[in-house]
Amino acid sequence: MKSSVIVFPGSNCDRDIAVALEKMQFKNQMVWHKDTSLPKTDLIVIPGGFSYGDYLRSGAIAGKSLIIDEVIKAADEGCLVLGICNGFQILTETGLLKGTLLRNKNLKFINKDVHIKVINNQTNFSKKYKKDQILKINIAHNEGNFFTDKTHLEELTKEGLIAFKYCDEKGNVSEESNPNGSLENIAGIYNSKRNILGMMPHPERMVDELTSNKDGVNLFSSLLN
Amino acid sequence: MKFSITVTLKKDVLDPQGKVVQNTLINMGMNNLKSIRQGKHFEVEVEDKDQTLAEKKVDMMCKKLLVNLIIEDYKITKI
Repeated sequence: MKSSVIVFPGSNCDRDIAVALEKMQFKNQMVWHKDTSLPKTDLIVIPGGFSYGDYLRSGAIAGKSLIIDEVIKAADEGCLVLGICNGFQILTETGLLKGTLLRNKNLKFINKDVHIKVINNQTNFSKKYKKDQILKINIAHNEGNFFTDKTHLEELTKEGLIAFKYCDEKGNVSEESNPNGSLENIAGIYNSKRNILGMMPHPERMVDELTSNKDGVNLFSSLLN
Repeated sequence: MKFSITVTLKKDVLDPQGKVVQNTLINMGMNNLKSIRQGKHFEVEVEDKDQTLAEKKVDMMCKKLLVNLIIEDYKITKI
């Protein structure tokens, strides 16, 4: 399986995701944001970081970069797209995912391991997880407070497009287990075709017992087959 | 021709920064303060001479990049 990681000025999780992908046996290549064509690829990853220093709005400038037109084309043709953290923010700015990420409710940059629940385990990104499985995954963001309009929220709920929700270690989805004020504790969403996943938590940081745990591994192994 | 663009969060979107500024001002003794919404301000200069055309262009800039229409409102004024 071939993957491409898009690199913007200010991306800082691009190498982490590349290491994780290679560890999981993906044939990965890095793609510079000024490129105007994508190599042949099965998965596009938009990594975390602070593209363009979060100028204007997080992800706004990267969302208009040259390579993005190709990403949109590939996504329309069914290519799998994964946006993590700043990557999720960029995907909302391009319109590939609806909704947006607001400043965290408590106005603080949050960097900690949190629990999330797998809401839909029937997708290319999640089929190796069990339904309602609880994962412990790191978050590190200042704008992760998911917000969208009523119609879209209804669509997300009815169509099974909510990927993950923040919860406590027992799996309770509540205000107390919501780190950033996200609507309905949403931590990640799919587009209607389910070939695009945007999520604030960092699965690429959870692929090795040496540095954390292996709760992110199944996301990548789901993608492999 | 110069335009000023004011971008603010929509009414029903939580504005935590505005809230903190508001609370601070109240703590400083500004008791009559009713509400504060924090926003952004842009000053744009375009070379067009036709005001309608220029305004159209500035509006396009807002819609395509400067404003996130899901959460923000904007107002264009000629200066």
